[in-house]
Amino acid sequence: MKIKRCLNMRKLALDDEILLKVEKPARYIGGEVNAVVKDPSKVSIRFAMCFPDVYEIGMSHLGIQILYDMLNRREDVYCERLYSPWTDLDALMREEGIPLFALESQDPVKDFDFIGITLQYEMCYTNVLQILDLAQIPIFSKDRAEDDPILIGGGPCAYNPEPLADFFDIFYIGEGEAVYDDLLDLYKACRENGWDRSAFLKQAANIPGLYVPMFYHVTYHEDGTIASFKAEEGVPERIEKQVIMNLSETCYPSDPVVPFIKVTQDRVVLEIQRGCIRGCRFCQAGMIYRPNRERKLEYLEEQAHKMLRSTGHEEITLSSLSSSDYSRLEELTNYLIDTFGGKEHINISLPSLRIDAFSLDVMRKVQDIRKSSLTFAPEAGTQRMRDVINKGLTEKEIFKGAMDAFKGGWNRVKLYFMLGLPGETEEDIEGIARLSNDIAALYYSLPKDERPGNGRVDVISSTSFFIPKPFTPFQWVPQNTSEQFIEKQHFLSGKMKEQLNRKSMKYNWHDVNVTHLEGILARGDRRLSKVIYTAYKKGCIYDAWTEHFKYDQWMEAFRESGVEPDFYTSRERSREEILPWDFIYAGVTKDFLWREYMRAKEGVTTPNCKEGCSGCGSRAYEGGVCFESKNQI
Amino acid sequence: MKVRIRFEKEGAMKFIGHLDIMRYFQKAFRRSGLDIQYSQGFSPHPLLSFAAPLGVGLESSGEYMDVVLGDCPSSQEIVDRLNAQMVEGMRILSAVILPEDGKNAMSLVAAADYEMILKKEAEFSLEDGIEALLGQEQIKVLKKTKKSQKEVDIRPMIYDMYVMKDAKGTGIFMRVASGSAANLKPEQVAQTLWESQGHKFDPLTVQIRRLEMYDSQMSPLEKYGEIHP
Repeated sequence: MKIKRCLNMRKLALDDEILLKVEKPARYIGGEVNAVVKDPSKVSIRFAMCFPDVYEIGMSHLGIQILYDMLNRREDVYCERLYSPWTDLDALMREEGIPLFALESQDPVKDFDFIGITLQYEMCYTNVLQILDLAQIPIFSKDRAEDDPILIGGGPCAYNPEPLADFFDIFYIGEGEAVYDDLLDLYKACRENGWDRSAFLKQAANIPGLYVPMFYHVTYHEDGTIASFKAEEGVPERIEKQVIMNLSETCYPSDPVVPFIKVTQDRVVLEIQRGCIRGCRFCQAGMIYRPNRERKLEYLEEQAHKMLRSTGHEEITLSSLSSSDYSRLEELTNYLIDTFGGKEHINISLPSLRIDAFSLDVMRKVQDIRKSSLTFAPEAGTQRMRDVINKGLTEKEIFKGAMDAFKGGWNRVKLYFMLGLPGETEEDIEGIARLSNDIAALYYSLPKDERPGNGRVDVISSTSFFIPKPFTPFQWVPQNTSEQFIEKQHFLSGKMKEQLNRKSMKYNWHDVNVTHLEGILARGDRRLSKVIYTAYKKGCIYDAWTEHFKYDQWMEAFRESGVEPDFYTSRERSREEILPWDFIYAGVTKDFLWREYMRAKEGVTTPNCKEGCSGCGSRAYEGGVCFESKNQI
Repeated sequence: MKVRIRFEKEGAMKFIGHLDIMRYFQKAFRRSGLDIQYSQGFSPHPLLSFAAPLGVGLESSGEYMDVVLGDCPSSQEIVDRLNAQMVEGMRILSAVILPEDGKNAMSLVAAADYEMILKKEAEFSLEDGIEALLGQEQIKVLKKTKKSQKEVDIRPMIYDMYVMKDAKGTGIFMRVASGSAANLKPEQVAQTLWESQGHKFDPLTVQIRRLEMYDSQMSPLEKYGEIHP
């Protein structure tokens, strides 16, 4: 009998011994359905697109899928995927000196031309250093040589790139579809002309939306605030966010990669719109992704067909901020349900929608009411506080939605709130407990035989801590100290227990230490680079994972670096202060943000973009909601 | 129509576990456009079942799954349409139509063939070792389950075992009990062999491949069906 051997298989970067030792080897082998295969020797540019977290998280991110698809449409580019090795493989790679590799070719990324890293949350910063370290690339930008890849960062955290300024060569401010082609063409031209790294970077810095930190210099006042932020000769002083206006003509992946293992977002994701009309004052996404732009219904219908066919996924979901505001949502969901829900056995999973007659009707069609819960995000406990944050959701609307839901068969309600909002009083905090109680009471106001479920309601209230973010009207406000947060949490917890319907109420809360650090990094400046480096050297990685978060090591890192953490969180900033991110223009003017801050102090709400234009500055992009609505300046 | 599909799993795909392979095939069927049928009920699932799970790290050229197709094309077309959806390391080998009352593969499996390629030479004579092992009337080993461990005699579960050699190296062939009645893992046999010779067995020094699965009459599972013209 002949021995059967597996022949001619593509090589893997890790040998069997390692792959059988680590948890979920499928994270590292690539070769998934729809993964792009190119001959690396036949392209001019090799690009590693990285999400600095574990595979299951990274693979679920839509932005990376879009850019992967877009870059690979170019014949001269091979874009591959790169994620953070989990801690088990991290240890083995260090022990054996294995260089970090991209999934498709399994080649070391240190030989690539570019590494692009998306920065979706502050708590991934040490993972960026892990990527560089394992890739055997110098961690500091200044130490990189001609042969090292160009490190480029993008995503929401790039809107305040300063804490990471020492590590990245380029930051990309805005939507990836806009100027990547220009950058790659420039890179090729520079190489053909034999230009060196710094000459290339200087040119790159002149592409709109690209920020090359090494050409910018900061000085500080004695009190630690910024005295000056200066651009070197030959690079622009202001970096402007880049967006694309026609979302139905841009590329969108028709055949996204299908992972072997279950990932967080294990379904077709249809991005229906970008930006948000609401203008909640705490929300960074609502500001930096302006103006609101919708994709055409026909485009989305066609895209749904293509993506379901090419992936074989059994589920499709919609993605956007405030999906209820998509003007043709009803038509789109009905189309998806009618076309794919029946014989095709495709599940339609909905993002959290505003609870109204329409959404309840749709939810009844697509999910098992007995197993599902309804979600409200009042964000604050009193109307006064909701007006301060411009959350256009009234108590009346919440009660009506909850009542409709109870009558419709639901008996589980989830409520999301924030603690530590600007100007918060005890009454506002107690309001969270009261509102939770009132919703439970609403259920019990129904006659016994009309109460759905087992005659009991579950009201699950969660609080997170408010973190002021750059490019929001609250970018100037002090963040609560950890002591204040904990005190408020205890206070609320006590109030929850005093409520009449306490037995139907459950209260969940967030970890305060993570909030503290996230707040520091969010509004930090360049001096934090050395703190991040020190924390990393102390073993901090996967800070976004509770089980790996090492708060004490972080605080040690601050002490050793001589950086006072509370300088970044607990301080009220003045209007005159130069903020670390002021050189970036995110599409909304600083005047608008300040105006909104003042209105917040007065408790005055601002209409949403469809009701009327508030002159945020995004009209300059000449498209989207600013022009489609009948609003006037 | 009930269809039994035989497939191969090798290379990097050996790192993908059983549950993920099930998900992989559900998606592959959707992409292929083959008319797979669904169960009834609130959350219908595709009618797709596998003969026996294959451990992570093992390769196979004798995997089986049963599916129910509504509209059923020829065997060749099923094979071709599925192969168009396979990734490297997965290959559909055949598709046969089962009789209406045909039992599913999972309940039929009683034995399986494995080959074990040695990546490094054994510390002892394999021929002598196997001969001595099979010569025993009983081979008592401790089998660990989730809850407890108990002593079992694995000798009756080994139906055949011998050394294979070719120009590239050495392997061990074994036919062992497999399925719900009695199940013996090839790694367990190897470990017993190595230990009977006073050596420690390191699973990382071998590559195991499942070759075929049989019913209790030692008839390959494929033989239950017929080619659909």
